[in-house]
Amino acid sequence: MKTPTSLKNKIAIVGVGESDIGKVPHMTGLGLNAQAAKRALDDSGLKVSDIDGVLTAYSFTEPYFMLGSVLCEYLGVKPRFNASVISGGASPAVMLKHAAEAIVSGQAETILVCAGENRATGLTREAALSALLAVGHPYFEQPYGGSIPGYYAMIAQRHMHVYGTTREQMAQVAVNTRAHALMHPSAHMKKPLALQEVLDAKPIADPLGMLDCCLISDAGGAFIVTSAERARDLKAKPVYLQGIGEYHTHEHLMCAPSLTEFGATESGRTAYEMAGLGPQDIDVAQLYDCFTIVPIIELEELGFCQRGEGGAFFSEGHARIGGKLPVNTHGGMLSHAHAGAAGGLFGIVEAVRQLRGGLGERQVQGAEVALVHNEGGILSSHCTLILANDKG
Amino acid sequence: MDKTTLPTPVANADSRPYWEAARERRLVIRKCNACGELHFMPRHLCPVCWSDRLEWVDAKGTGSVHSFTVIRRASDPAFAPLVPYAVALIDLDEGPRMMANILGANALAVKIGDRVQVTFEDRGDGAMLPQFNTVAA
Repeated sequence: MKTPTSLKNKIAIVGVGESDIGKVPHMTGLGLNAQAAKRALDDSGLKVSDIDGVLTAYSFTEPYFMLGSVLCEYLGVKPRFNASVISGGASPAVMLKHAAEAIVSGQAETILVCAGENRATGLTREAALSALLAVGHPYFEQPYGGSIPGYYAMIAQRHMHVYGTTREQMAQVAVNTRAHALMHPSAHMKKPLALQEVLDAKPIADPLGMLDCCLISDAGGAFIVTSAERARDLKAKPVYLQGIGEYHTHEHLMCAPSLTEFGATESGRTAYEMAGLGPQDIDVAQLYDCFTIVPIIELEELGFCQRGEGGAFFSEGHARIGGKLPVNTHGGMLSHAHAGAAGGLFGIVEAVRQLRGGLGERQVQGAEVALVHNEGGILSSHCTLILANDKG
Repeated sequence: MDKTTLPTPVANADSRPYWEAARERRLVIRKCNACGELHFMPRHLCPVCWSDRLEWVDAKGTGSVHSFTVIRRASDPAFAPLVPYAVALIDLDEGPRMMANILGANALAVKIGDRVQVTFEDRGDGAMLPQFNTVAA
């Protein structure tokens, strides 16, 4: 396989922003994007006239056909580089890769990446669930009444069968991320969570209960990417891209090559190779956590532990702030926010903040290198990125 | 309950023979005559070697449960009256994997590795959906 042209140290994230999060009924989905974009721009010290590229993802609540163009029109930006990327939850990391490639090849110099929607208040719960149902194959899955939690539940069931992963270990993922969310000023969920509450929560699809499932939030997130050269003179401390890789194995669960091995191993391998780093070099990880089983699998796939040891990694406290590898220090999609592609984007925002430092009790001491993993579909599309606060 | 209110199979150019066979209570799958691989779901090219020399073959209709879930809260309101019900990934004995419900009195006691046998569920107007029952090993 051909090694991709290295993007290491070529670009930096120079601004990050989050919209108001939770239930924000007075704002539209586009408005949430705009608020996050403005906050990211202010954070960077750049002017709106500096933006010559815009990338966004998709929206269930405002399903415009050409969302990229629509957002540029709404923001009053006329970029020379624009696209709507639809890789499900993997979109934010994939967008960062596209942005890096565009900057390195001179297609744009400063790119705004943003995503989000008003998924909590912008449509009825039934309409949101019905939109999400479209994730199943229309002819060979949907007639059987599956659901997104149901598809992930089948993955969880298989992991439990093959490796002995337990309900308690999965529940501990939710407890961990809630503890982290309590330290974040704008997390959606601010109530402490006990293990027993997760185990006793309303069952959704065996073995997953309500609290094994991510939130439905109104939220938007944004970050600004520019060349490493340009980044040096800006207000914010730049965070450099060290490595990035993606891998896609299927879309529908029935066509997944395996229910225990997914594409994160390959996307991670590419990212590690580009960075010249390994799992032992990572100080903090932001892993996709749409359901509690997912970060367990990702820990294993990305080499932070052996296959089958992801559950114990959480239950033994290694993923907590202060532990071996703090995971989802903002509270993840289980407790910080989830609104379409904004969910995984907040992992990137949090990684940047951790690498800049100064987060108080939430700060991972000595954080210099962060890994972010986004996945989309039913563990179908994967993108891993490695960020650092200095050129390694 | 009456299952004819649930989604009806939609045949298209890729899948028409599959759904027509189901109406005759036959489960058919695609076989590649170039590389010999069998696959699910039906498509225009072999997903392994990209040959378009494909044929339909009858599956025995037997297999085992690769994984499953019991849905306690349905996303599609049409399925809400059925809750709780089992959705499973079935490894057909010929190799390909497909999704279906586990039906029958002991459906909710399904386990990974259980042996299953195809059956057909009437979704109205003679449209039949391949489904599975667990059987003794």
